[in-house]
Amino acid sequence: MTLERVKAPQRLQNAPLYDWDELVQEDRVHRLLYTDPAVFDVEMINVFGGTWVYLAHESQIPNPNDFITGKLGLRPLIITRDENGKIRALYNRCTHRGTTLCRWDKGNSRSFQCPYHGWNFLNTGKLRGVPWPDGYASKLVQDDKFNLAQVPRVESYRGFIFGTLNMGAAPLVEHLGPIKKPIDEWLDRNPGGKVIVCEANRLKYKGNWKLAYDNSGDGYHVIYSHRSLIETENRFADEATKKGMSYYQNSPDSLPMYCQYMGNGHHFKDKRPNLEARPGGLWAIESLHPGMEHVQDKLRSRYGARAESMLDLAGSEPVNINVFPNLSLLGNHIQVFQPISFNETDAIWYGTKIEDVDGTLGAEVLTDINALRMRTQEGFPNFGEVDDVTNFEQIQRGLAAAEDEWIYMNRGYGIPDRIHTLEDGTIKGPATDELFMREYIREWKRLMKAEPDIAIEREV
Amino acid sequence: MNAPLVRDPSRSSYYVTNDFYLELIADFADWQVDERSVEDAAERDRFRRLVEQEARILDRLLYEEWLGLYTPECAYWVPSTPEGGDPRTEISVMFDDRRRLEDRIYRLRTGYAWSQAPSSRTSRIVSNVEVFRCARDDQRMVRSNFAISEFWDGEIRVLAGWTGHRFRQHDGAWRISAKQVNLLNCDQCIRNPSIVL
Repeated sequence: MTLERVKAPQRLQNAPLYDWDELVQEDRVHRLLYTDPAVFDVEMINVFGGTWVYLAHESQIPNPNDFITGKLGLRPLIITRDENGKIRALYNRCTHRGTTLCRWDKGNSRSFQCPYHGWNFLNTGKLRGVPWPDGYASKLVQDDKFNLAQVPRVESYRGFIFGTLNMGAAPLVEHLGPIKKPIDEWLDRNPGGKVIVCEANRLKYKGNWKLAYDNSGDGYHVIYSHRSLIETENRFADEATKKGMSYYQNSPDSLPMYCQYMGNGHHFKDKRPNLEARPGGLWAIESLHPGMEHVQDKLRSRYGARAESMLDLAGSEPVNINVFPNLSLLGNHIQVFQPISFNETDAIWYGTKIEDVDGTLGAEVLTDINALRMRTQEGFPNFGEVDDVTNFEQIQRGLAAAEDEWIYMNRGYGIPDRIHTLEDGTIKGPATDELFMREYIREWKRLMKAEPDIAIEREV
Repeated sequence: MNAPLVRDPSRSSYYVTNDFYLELIADFADWQVDERSVEDAAERDRFRRLVEQEARILDRLLYEEWLGLYTPECAYWVPSTPEGGDPRTEISVMFDDRRRLEDRIYRLRTGYAWSQAPSSRTSRIVSNVEVFRCARDDQRMVRSNFAISEFWDGEIRVLAGWTGHRFRQHDGAWRISAKQVNLLNCDQCIRNPSIVL
């Protein structure tokens, strides 16, 4: 492989776009972070190029030559497992004129041929041939610069594939740091410690991508933004049998759930301590879903107490594991934030299913649990997220007011003994605090100020 | 012998079993074949009227009337892949049983469904209605194309695709026992998919 160092455009190096300290303060940020296309352009280099970004899940490309198309910021990618099993993130961009090579969402292919002039590339990125090569002064297939660009660093953590262009970034496991523990727990509650991606609820909103990340750890919005959801999922419930996120309704900050900043922009909302710590404790607060009573009664009559831990596998794990800048594990979802422009974002809620890895469930239970797990996962995007993204769009609209400059994230700020820094450097506070915003935007600012050592790689 | 338990599908979900899914998948596979297409004009017209009636009722947001078009044990299914797939192992854009359909309506009426505050205004065109016979004499499959013009947040957009209705005889009338809505862009990101399709 050869590395090509890529310098950021001169304009950015000679004169920073803004004084980031002026725009990002301790307890508030400036509207320009969300509304200025020039800020977005820098983010696509310094943030999405400068840190590890989630690209795909290994279960989406299980076999040699499987591929999906995706993005790293705005860079179109083909994420593929080559014949030798190596996972690569190829730039989906012909080295000739720049055409995207692959226009399918997924598939299996050893090579990609450009639909414009017919240049043909192996899925290792190597140029295999061009039509009428005699018309070139030298042999293009022998010149590395005509091999596809690829993300120089692609690493996986337990099935989650990340990539970065920044040669100076720490190794992935180090970068993830303390957020690895909740990721491990999220996986290990499933048989074999693994999940399989299985289609998605795919949403788009007209707003900045950070509005979704601002929301990902926000325990303050739940009771208002999701009021329609909470009222709906409790329409048959009384005080004793309340479901779903209704624990947010009364004094949420006095409950054992908490918010924790995990470093490098990552943060964690842990609502598990609100639940009864027993098999079935999760299932006990699950709201109503298609097939629920059928599966529940069947498993309980057949398996007795063991049914509870089976049912928990269909329940929505009450965590928000947010990996900066574009990944959120919540419930059983793998949610990905995909920026499109300064005021347009795709929010994709990939569903996950389980496998009966050790044969303890059996085919029938597996089928029932996965079917129920699909239905529990469809609940929130349908009845909750649509209200959030509507509010994101309305924030974007509100921020058009140029003179009213500030967005506040001061909940919990400046109150003695409310927030604690732990020995491992993580910062813990009550569930509705905006400490996660104050901390992650500090990491965002660091990246915006830094000069990442950006490179692409090509096969030799 | 105990008397059979009467369960209200609006309150509890016992009918969404593996057999229910298997029947749904089978009914929505390979059904659009010319040999089973109904030629009789009166019968075709009967189902065309039912599909048009549903579109009108939804445009007018008359949800109780709409629910009345469905059998008590029904499915409303918007797949997330053009092939429809297996809803037991794939996330759907929407997959509702009777209770969740009623949840959907309940949510829209809470006054706090921000995605529909104010409500979308819609104008639905349904056409190309074809009726197909089934192995069961009390069942028909109906295919139609739709284009929903949706006005929301100052803009009009079009949601388009085709619908498969599974009609069954229930209490002497044809009711919808399953509706599969196939959005053309079902596997792509969609802005605010919060109306009833």
